[in-house]
Amino acid sequence: MLRAQISQLNRVLARSYATAAPPHALVFLEHRQGDLDSASLSALTAASQLGGQVTGLVVGSPEEVPSVVEKAKRLNGLNTLLHCASPQYSTPLPETVSPLLEKLLSQDSPFTHVVSAHSSSAKSILPRVAAKLDVPAVSDITSLEHDAASGSTTFTRPIYAGNAISTVRASSSIPIKFFTVRSTAFAAAVEGDAAESEVKALDSVEVSDVPTEHISTSLTKSDRPDLGVASRVVSGGRALKNAETFQATLYPLADALGAAVGASRAAVDAGYADNSLQVGQTGKVVAPELYMALGISGAIQHLAGMKDSKLIVAVNKDPDAPIFQVADVGLVADLFEVVPELVEKLKQ
Amino acid sequence: MRPSAVRLLNILVPIKSSQHALGRAVDYAVKIRVNPEQTGIDLNVKHSMNPFDEIAVEEAVRMRERLKDAVKSIKVVTIGPPKSAETLRTALAMGADSAIHVEIPESAPSPEPLGVAKTLKALIERQKEGVDVVILGKQAIDDDAGQTGQMLAGLMGWSQATFASKVEVNPEQKVANITREIDGGLEELRCKLPVIITTDLRQVQLFNHRICQEPRYASLPNIMKAKKKPVEKLTAAELGVDITPRLETIKVTEPPKRVGGGKVANVDELLAKLKEAGITGKRA
Repeated sequence: MLRAQISQLNRVLARSYATAAPPHALVFLEHRQGDLDSASLSALTAASQLGGQVTGLVVGSPEEVPSVVEKAKRLNGLNTLLHCASPQYSTPLPETVSPLLEKLLSQDSPFTHVVSAHSSSAKSILPRVAAKLDVPAVSDITSLEHDAASGSTTFTRPIYAGNAISTVRASSSIPIKFFTVRSTAFAAAVEGDAAESEVKALDSVEVSDVPTEHISTSLTKSDRPDLGVASRVVSGGRALKNAETFQATLYPLADALGAAVGASRAAVDAGYADNSLQVGQTGKVVAPELYMALGISGAIQHLAGMKDSKLIVAVNKDPDAPIFQVADVGLVADLFEVVPELVEKLKQ
Repeated sequence: MRPSAVRLLNILVPIKSSQHALGRAVDYAVKIRVNPEQTGIDLNVKHSMNPFDEIAVEEAVRMRERLKDAVKSIKVVTIGPPKSAETLRTALAMGADSAIHVEIPESAPSPEPLGVAKTLKALIERQKEGVDVVILGKQAIDDDAGQTGQMLAGLMGWSQATFASKVEVNPEQKVANITREIDGGLEELRCKLPVIITTDLRQVQLFNHRICQEPRYASLPNIMKAKKKPVEKLTAAELGVDITPRLETIKVTEPPKRVGGGKVANVDELLAKLKEAGITGKRA
């Protein structure tokens, strides 16, 4: 009798396991000026690691979407590409894009996961949608593992400014698992020669009486590589004295190395560098091949944004600066003497 | 003729009590420690207001300084164990008028952003005079999730402006002009009230690069006054919300330790190390 009950129980369990929906990720692909954001390409790689179907979604203005679709459909790891164009999406506001995502995710949705980069845009949109669908979201993940049998996904993510790593599981009771991806933890997906993904257009969901209006965007223009994805970063702190010195000192070195320029919060707050250059817990998280910290003491918040760099080089006058505890190569010296010498010798 | 009465603004500022270790700039050195059971971090350190929330309170108080009587009330709210009451008092001392404490047991797990957002929604719906502006920190420095404001905006169906570095509210027109920090620059939005704003850490005046957004320290007289300001106590059950976490934390571990590689004596040695790692000057 008891055995019969157990076997019945097993059958029920087995059946529920067998019916766990196979993973099907929807990746929110962001783009700017006709190019896919590389952080989104890292999100695609993370989505592929779930081991199921991967569908991309491109949302934008009717002018932009066609050229982005041309590039996106050739991406490795993408099975299907959905695209949706409307003048309302020319600057993707959460208030206009959320209803489209909600529609896509609610009607007999095949999707089990919604994935995006941990970008300022996706961070604004995705939690809004998750809340509408009454599901929690997981931010800034650095690894993931999906258990197809139980339909649960386990993520790791840094907490406390990267001073601890949390492992969290989203069980099958969360029907759609939202997560954003730390781009430095996943290689970017590339365009492949393989068969193109299936491309489908979606009808836009027009929102009348949008409560939010986009007025303007001002981007910091630079010929240097983008900070978030650069393979080399030259970063300056408060020791750089002022905006002029910051530029006059760091830019030649960045150019000699082909590096992006970053800054500590102290340098940004003091007005030496633009906010968008800030590296740290509240700025960009970078993990380049080379990170040069010049005149940066190495506060916890700054380390949170760069300690996964391959090679960390620090130049600081203070031999006790905490940055030396993480730097692979440290030089105790006046950066105003070191940097010009470095530039000179790098050019040889 | 007196000008027509403007709509009086009611501001709600949700705050979180977080580990002190990463809070104020003077206290960089304190590091959090993962507990031996790997269930979380050693909580035997000082708690204080999440720094982003401090900016949010400061912004609300400054809004009243700019808009004077157009701001009718500034209410702060926290969801947390009994000792979070201290954090509420700090916000009251900074200039908030009243507080709501949604109390959870000391041993209860910290609610997830969705639970917090649902609680805030329930609280907003209880406010007889309504809420026009909700200002939150853009993220809590303990869980670093950065979701609550957006989730609340979704649940309310309100306009949202995340990572705001500049906020100008126009009470007559019931709109707010907000400058946001976005990847690669800035964006300006015009939001109809009611609006949900999440604050970025600073508000830099773009022209003279002067920082104008540093939270004030509460003066002793203000701390004394804050003790008399009303604090309403509620529970999640009374609000009809379930704040049980839905994600399961399996473990919390130390990140891999990075050990410095020592120092070099001069630029030539530094260059040699770079070369060893395959890094040379940019090929023109």
